[in-house]
Amino acid sequence: MRVALGGTRIDRSRTIHFRFDGRTLAGHPGDTLASALLANGIHLVGRSFKYHRPRGILSAGAEEPNALVTIGEGAFAEPNSRATMVELYDGLVARSQNAWPSLGHDLGAVTGIASRLFPAGFYYKTFLGSSRTWTGLYEPLIRRMAGLGPAPTAADPDAYDKVHAHCETLVVGGGAAGRAAALEALGQGRVILIDEGVATPPLDGVRLLNRTTAFGCYDDNLVMAVERVNDHLPPGERRGPRQRLWQIRAKRIVLATGAHQQPLVFPNNDLPAIMIASAGLTYLRDFGLLVGRRIVMVGSSDAADELRAAGAQVIEVAAIAAAHGRKRVASVTDGQGTRHRCDAVLMAGGWQPAVHLHSQIGGRLSFDPARHCFVPVVDPSRARLIGACAGDVPVDRPSAPVAGPNAFVDFQNDVTLADIDLATREGFVSVEHLKRYTTTGMATDQGKLSNLNAITRLAHNLGGAPGSVGTTTFRPPYTPVTFGALAAHDRDQFIDPTRTTPMHDWHVGQGAVFEDVGQWKRPRYFPRDGEDMRAAVRRECRAVRRGVGVLDASTLGKIDVRGPDAASFLNLIYANGWSKLPVGRCRYGVMLGEDGMVFDDGVSARIAEHQFLTFTTTGNAARVLDHMEDYHQTEWPHLKVWLNSVTEHWAAAVVTGPLARDVLREVVSDVDLSAAAFPHLSWREGRIAGHKVRLYRISFTGELSFEVHCDSRFARPIWEALLAAGERFGITPYGTEAMHVLRAEKAYVIIGQETDGTVAPDDLGLSWVVSKSKPDFIGKRSLARPELQRPDRKQLVGLTMDAFVDEGAQLTAGAADTVMLGHVTSSYPGAVDEKPFALALVTGGRQRIGTSLYAHFGGRSLRCNVTDPVFYDPEGVRLHG
Amino acid sequence: MRRYSVLALLRESLTGHRGWERAWEDATPKSEYDVVIIGGGGHGLATAYYLAGQHGITNIAVLEKGWIGGGNTGRNTTIVRSNYLWDESARLYDHAVKLWEGLTDDLNYNVMFSQRGVLNLAHTLGDVREGQRRVNALQLNGVDSEWLDTAAVKRFCPPLDVGAHARYPVLGGTLQRRAGTARHDAVAWGYARAASARGVDIIQNCEVTGLVRDGARVTAIDTSRGRIRAGKVGMAVAGHSSVLADMAGFRLPVESHTLQALVSEPIKPVLDCVVMSNAVHVYVSQSDKGELVIGAGIDEYLSYAQRGSFPVIEHQMGALLALFPSFSRLRMLRSWGGTVDISPDASPIIGRTPIDNLYINCGWGTGGFKATPGSGHVFAHTIARGEPHPLAAPFALDRFTSGRLIDEHGAAAVAH
Amino acid sequence: MLTIVCPHCGARDQTEFRAGGEADRPRPADPFALTDAEWADFLFMRGNVMGLQRELWVHAAGCGKWFSLTRDTRTHRFAP
Repeated sequence: MRVALGGTRIDRSRTIHFRFDGRTLAGHPGDTLASALLANGIHLVGRSFKYHRPRGILSAGAEEPNALVTIGEGAFAEPNSRATMVELYDGLVARSQNAWPSLGHDLGAVTGIASRLFPAGFYYKTFLGSSRTWTGLYEPLIRRMAGLGPAPTAADPDAYDKVHAHCETLVVGGGAAGRAAALEALGQGRVILIDEGVATPPLDGVRLLNRTTAFGCYDDNLVMAVERVNDHLPPGERRGPRQRLWQIRAKRIVLATGAHQQPLVFPNNDLPAIMIASAGLTYLRDFGLLVGRRIVMVGSSDAADELRAAGAQVIEVAAIAAAHGRKRVASVTDGQGTRHRCDAVLMAGGWQPAVHLHSQIGGRLSFDPARHCFVPVVDPSRARLIGACAGDVPVDRPSAPVAGPNAFVDFQNDVTLADIDLATREGFVSVEHLKRYTTTGMATDQGKLSNLNAITRLAHNLGGAPGSVGTTTFRPPYTPVTFGALAAHDRDQFIDPTRTTPMHDWHVGQGAVFEDVGQWKRPRYFPRDGEDMRAAVRRECRAVRRGVGVLDASTLGKIDVRGPDAASFLNLIYANGWSKLPVGRCRYGVMLGEDGMVFDDGVSARIAEHQFLTFTTTGNAARVLDHMEDYHQTEWPHLKVWLNSVTEHWAAAVVTGPLARDVLREVVSDVDLSAAAFPHLSWREGRIAGHKVRLYRISFTGELSFEVHCDSRFARPIWEALLAAGERFGITPYGTEAMHVLRAEKAYVIIGQETDGTVAPDDLGLSWVVSKSKPDFIGKRSLARPELQRPDRKQLVGLTMDAFVDEGAQLTAGAADTVMLGHVTSSYPGAVDEKPFALALVTGGRQRIGTSLYAHFGGRSLRCNVTDPVFYDPEGVRLHG
Repeated sequence: MRRYSVLALLRESLTGHRGWERAWEDATPKSEYDVVIIGGGGHGLATAYYLAGQHGITNIAVLEKGWIGGGNTGRNTTIVRSNYLWDESARLYDHAVKLWEGLTDDLNYNVMFSQRGVLNLAHTLGDVREGQRRVNALQLNGVDSEWLDTAAVKRFCPPLDVGAHARYPVLGGTLQRRAGTARHDAVAWGYARAASARGVDIIQNCEVTGLVRDGARVTAIDTSRGRIRAGKVGMAVAGHSSVLADMAGFRLPVESHTLQALVSEPIKPVLDCVVMSNAVHVYVSQSDKGELVIGAGIDEYLSYAQRGSFPVIEHQMGALLALFPSFSRLRMLRSWGGTVDISPDASPIIGRTPIDNLYINCGWGTGGFKATPGSGHVFAHTIARGEPHPLAAPFALDRFTSGRLIDEHGAAAVAH
Repeated sequence: MLTIVCPHCGARDQTEFRAGGEADRPRPADPFALTDAEWADFLFMRGNVMGLQRELWVHAAGCGKWFSLTRDTRTHRFAP
């Protein structure tokens, strides 16, 4: 009921409309949903979690446990919104939750009638049986009853923002104490003042964030806050992000977060229209309304005169023995047994300072018996607390709790005094056990209005003071924070950067199908005229084997290693030796982890006496550079060597196939491309289309191959020049899938496919790479361990079979065996013909060549012949071509 | 021990539930025990329970520095599964799943093991290869597992966004239907109650301050509640394993890090299985209370603070919303951290130590909860017999010297 | 989130850095002089200290330099 007094936050001159459970109601700008509902005489707004008891509005702030509603509709719906914190706007739509068929007539309330069957933890003692009965029978029933509001089913259409800020002083809380602290700090640099509400007027020189909740305090004075940018506006007027996450690093933190007045515990203390006393006053002062005409006040009585002045009848009692009513309080019995008719109750149960942020970073608390609350222990190295949150709260000794049916301690989770007593009897006397067993303090208000009463009762049961029991750990956030705000921009496409090569648009234009390789988008194949992957890949393979193909290899990692000790450094980093590699030549190398397992591989070229260019796998490029820097800086800082990633600087095109040289002859100048002058595993500098290029004779296909590397800026014209020159030779762009098939025929391994962190060089048949003469390199000592010497280690072999087997197929000796001897690492339905082949790692595999194994995959099994892993041109004639 | 049942509940409801006894006795330490288990989490309590029930040793104490189940038992995301790649792991974890299936009856305590299925998503061709390799291995090992293509993934988990527009689209997934979740606190309390009924002393607020050695043996344990002599000692203290090993004079190949998790506000049922993704890096399920339970990553720096850094949470939310765009307007209700002990091969360490009568059970990293019954069972055997249970033998400490690691890095949903 | 003082760049957010684990455990000069057990000790065993730890960090998204700091693993505070 609105009255003439008060109403500082509302604009009485204007009326706006909103809907609650389908009813259209009126309110004023400045109202919260809670105040507007109260002004309309609506007290019943929700149902409790477990017993579906009618619940009203308990508070006027962030601590509200009862008045939870769903705001908005469809994809904009937001469940479990506290009506006390929702600012009213014209057209707002709210729905009550956890009630069926309606808020007034909720069938779920049957659990409340039988509540004595459902004490704390009843589910641990019942629903016994096998996991099958639990999963199939009991649990589905319980799940159907659980939960509060419904989750939206459509993607969130809103955007969220994120801001980093730095300041000398951060003040949390815009009340009198906080404002004074902000002004006082002005001389000491930048000041940010955060307030949860809307009413704080600006202060000169202070950066003020209204509608912002500081919800977490982390190491080194990091405060996380969320600003509700446009939740208070009608949907049509919303611009920009819905909410903004603030990450504020402050030199000093001042907390002025106030205190929460606590409820009293007595039977039926949860009836609608029983409220926290200070909330009753807030509704009068800020919103100009009385929460009842005939109000019983219990506890503090400071406010009685003010309520009377506004026109209410106020009955002051020292204690309440029980409240009565159905969907709203109708009367109370006081401590003397006298019954008082009423339509609202205001209860004052002492004040608990809001110490959440202080406690989150490890600040301690002590119990103040005079004020009956936990107060922060001052710690100069942490945040400064001032005002009510520092313990400066009224000395309100709350009246003792009254046991009996439905005397609630935690309103939302329906935890009663009897539940606390039961938990005590059963030995759940650690405050954390009490919380977990009864669920007190675990509701969406996280115990703001229940912890103190629960702890007090536990202490009472144990015969001690609340200080002897302690509190549960305060965990962020202070109030619940929207997932969308936490993710902000880093969602959807932006959870990871996307890297593309200079030729990417060309690939897109050709209709390439892409695959993700690390962060890179690489063309997997280039389908033509409705080809499926298999047909496209066969065509691409055939082109490389018989004519010429071209691959975008720009994604390969490239590290420039230079300095007088470059070769010595690579000698330590790689398993093979580099000192004798002449300038102008290249060499394949394998890099091990210190545990001896293959970590990466690739070719390195000696560019100059003191300069190498090292190629890494696409996915491992950053890791390899990190690994090199780590060893260089922490183990061998005396080596004069400098490392630089040049991955993005150089684009690369592989021209490969028997006609590769013919294509290059058309476009390359300044290089003698003949086999004699430019042999396999060497590199030369030349020009294409006027641009400088480096040509490397490196083959990952087994064919005559030239890798054309150029400045990324000129990659597109060079790529197109190669294609134009190759046109009459039938040059065919190919993707990673054909690349995989072609390299597998040559048993060239792929890191992460043939290796999984458990594979040593010899397992891959790469002993020839591992230097015997070098005294040390990373991984060498580990190769000498007994497990690495076993003859029955898994070794790389080839498999042939009549039909395609899945990669990841497991191998056994007999068709019906279950003992696994290895697995298929790579498998292809054939390269240029229809002969399926695979690579596999098999226990003692080299000894098994010529025998057969059974591959098991997808519930099937298939006989395979074990072969040498090199299927194509084992003599290596073609790549020397 | 008074048995729990619907009948007992009905009877008690008539008398105001005044007749319920303590779930477990709050013991005062005796001066000597045949076996002392250090660590009153799920693993330690389960070990004591199986020692008392299956090995005829009943003079046992479990020492807990705080309240039982207060470490990682009460801080994890409650996922139970056994879809591990290597034979040794699959056998050990599936041993645990089999025990989980009968645990409620065994303990006469509802641990709410819900076999709602665990779906591990594949987002790259490498993931697909790895997932199929795992499924094939699990099937040969007799562990249920199946491969789902993208459409089947969507059918199994409708709120999941499997669209091709995603940064890392869902290309399929592995499903273990027998896997699921359990109620974490109930596991500690159920084992404590059942062990207590078998005569085990459960001693809370009892911090170990030192180990008393006589040559290669431990003879007694110094605690905040006095010296306790012990015939054999078993350690199951997760993140604090190195601290205890240091007291005993040896080192371990583990590092302690903070692992964070969080829950949403309770909402009506929206997610009926467990979803895990390595590539996008998130794991999520919905509890019976209605909260989404979401696992975050570990902080890469050493920590015993049980407090994580915020960027991990932000990253987690981005990953979650990439998979479930409709969860964006839900809210984080509570987040927390636990101290996990990460081993070099992401596999546990179970067995003997350089000290004759001191046994260790640690290194479970981010995935110890799922193994609780199996871990306790094989550890009890190992302590009682003085030699490893066959399922535990491959997990001995000496594997780090020989090089016979059991590298399960691909198996955990957290990048180590 | 920690604030880490890079000796070259000054105080920055932790997200710019990567942790490198325990410091002061140099790679053995001659690994083959070690027994398998000693080598395993170097490879895998850690102090995993609860308390003050000397540890490595690298300013990965900054100057790229490795450096060591002392930090309390119970409180996350760096020693001055």
